Amino acid sequence: MKTKDILEETIMALSSNKVRSGLTMLGIIIGIASVIAMTAIGTGAQNSISASIQSIGSNLIIVSPGAPRGVGQQVRQERGSAKTLTLADVEALKTISGVKSVTAEVSSRYQVTAKGTNTNTTVDGVTTDYSIVRNLEMGEGNFITDQNNQSGAKVAVIGPTVVIDLFGEGATDIVGQSIKIKSIQFKVIGITKAKGGTGFQNPDDMIYIPLTTAQRYFSGDQYVSSISVAATSSDVTTQVQTDITTKLLDRHHISNPTLADFNTMNQADIIKTASSVTGTFTMLLSAIAGISLLVGGIGIMNMMLTSVTERTKEIGLRKAIGAKRRDVNIQFLVEAVMLTFIGGVLGVILGWGVSFAITSLGILEAQVSLSSVLLAFGVSAFIGIVFGYYPAQRASKLNPIEALRYE
Amino acid sequence: MIEIKDIRKSYRTDAEPFEALKGVSFTIKDGEFVAIMGPSGSGKSTLMHILGALDSPTSGTYFLDGKDVSILTDDELADIRKDKIGFVFQSFNLLPRTTVLRNVVLPLIYDGVGEKERIVRAKEALIASGLDEAHFTHLSNQLSGGQIQRVAIARALVNNPTLILADEPTGNLDTKTGEIVLGTFQKLNKEQGRTIVLITHEYDVALHADRIITIRDGFIISDNNLHEKKIINL
Ligand SMILES: Nc1ncnc2c1ncn2[C@@H]1O[C@H](COP(=O)(O)OP(=O)(O)OP(=O)(O)O)[C@@H](O)[C@H]1O
Ligand SMILES: [Mg+2]
Repeated sequence: MKTKDILEETIMALSSNKVRSGLTMLGIIIGIASVIAMTAIGTGAQNSISASIQSIGSNLIIVSPGAPRGVGQQVRQERGSAKTLTLADVEALKTISGVKSVTAEVSSRYQVTAKGTNTNTTVDGVTTDYSIVRNLEMGEGNFITDQNNQSGAKVAVIGPTVVIDLFGEGATDIVGQSIKIKSIQFKVIGITKAKGGTGFQNPDDMIYIPLTTAQRYFSGDQYVSSISVAATSSDVTTQVQTDITTKLLDRHHISNPTLADFNTMNQADIIKTASSVTGTFTMLLSAIAGISLLVGGIGIMNMMLTSVTERTKEIGLRKAIGAKRRDVNIQFLVEAVMLTFIGGVLGVILGWGVSFAITSLGILEAQVSLSSVLLAFGVSAFIGIVFGYYPAQRASKLNPIEALRYE
Repeated sequence: MIEIKDIRKSYRTDAEPFEALKGVSFTIKDGEFVAIMGPSGSGKSTLMHILGALDSPTSGTYFLDGKDVSILTDDELADIRKDKIGFVFQSFNLLPRTTVLRNVVLPLIYDGVGEKERIVRAKEALIASGLDEAHFTHLSNQLSGGQIQRVAIARALVNNPTLILADEPTGNLDTKTGEIVLGTFQKLNKEQGRTIVLITHEYDVALHADRIITIRDGFIISDNNLHEKKIINL
């Protein structure tokens, strides 16, 4: 029997019961589509989280107060919850080699008002270096200067989101106006450029004031809620992180590193942590999708078994006129594989469509990877062979006489 | 040439095995037209299945053209059926929802015959079995009983078998249509020299053959040559 004839027979057989073939295929379509869409969403989420972590600066090491915990918990730990780091620590860290700049911040959320409108946002007391460490660019005006810090000036640099919240969309001449933070009047001296970051802390929805001002008027002590250190290059980040730990332990007179009253974290750690979270999430989604693919495969087997029973007489006849076991076997196997293959193609298209829709709706930048498409194809062909094998064997082993007698 | 010797066939049943053939022996030469006659349940279809290499006897030997068929494997039997034998089944067994032409082409597909050639041969076979060309593209379930029988005969002819086995080919037909079918077999026998084994329970039908083998309860009870067969001129 020639390949072309096998395909022709298969198409005839499948199209003779279109509804059933279609419904059986639907199982595979949904399975494949969800595998593709789920992995695309997972990859997209991972990329977006990495990107927003990258956007806070490069080669960054963050030192925050409090006892060290598992890496996973540190990400969400409220900074400034313990008070152990001071401006003197900041100065000390500047002497470590491989450090480009160091900045500290005192961060808290306050009610902010301007001309009657009000909003609740993060107010960050920072030093001049903050804009360097965190890659902040100015849209208008200037960032906090050393002088502002020395004098404890009541000046503020605000993010574009805050501008919209306080002054409305399209407002101009903001620099020079006054805003009130916790009823204390501040003068706006600059607006940062929109960064568009997402994630834990949106850099566009922030107000920056001099660190000393924040300590004097808001926190009331000399402690800082976090220190950000920028290393000169990614090669030295690990070394710098170790040196910071050693130096701070020494300064705080702690000999046992496990009892440290601060913890350090570099960007790579944060990304790794976030990736492992999204990775687990993606695996979970894919596993569920995989199960639906398996159910689809069982649907194929079910249909093929029904079809073998229904066509017993036909199988007997084919054998009587010269079909060998192999011919019958191949015919049924190809039917199953064809179902899963067409289902696979449609599933890939559907999965792609879903990912595309999610991307264009702006929910997430879903990324369909070639490997997931290939995997989906491989799996669907595999399912066709696995679940088609048994029914095909059954068909090929039928005794022609008994098959012909079957009613 | 068919040579069977002491063929026995028992079927396994719930009780003791049932012996449908109890030692049947005969020889059919190439080009003979033989009728196998007997009442219902006498073992005619069982015998035909063995002659057609569809089933193996429980014991006894079967030589087809000098080759021992009783010891072949499933796939070797399939080859014999494909190359040498054409079946017309008691219940016609056409593929449903399939065109007439496709039904007749089917044996050639398993034989690996090219697409063009098999269409030509299928049409020839259909014409030889007397089906009107207008019906070639009809679906098999849109045909009358007589037409179905012709398609079944055409399918049996298409692979150029030396042996045609027909099980009650006129059983479901009226006398006139039945005679046309019998005439077709006579023509195939006379003009193309094909061996024909016709199975029937009607003496009247058996009279169209050259030789009548009568079986009852799995035994041959008579085997006679007919001196004056009924001849149908189409
Ligand atoms: N698969 C089977 N299992 C058990 N018994 C069977 C089987 N096939 C046939 N028989 C029995 O063998 C005997 C002969 O059957 P067979 O079909 O050969 O009869 P037949 O002569 O063709 O009858 P008919 O003219 O009605 O077609 C019958 O008694 C039947 O019940
Ligand atoms: Mg019978």
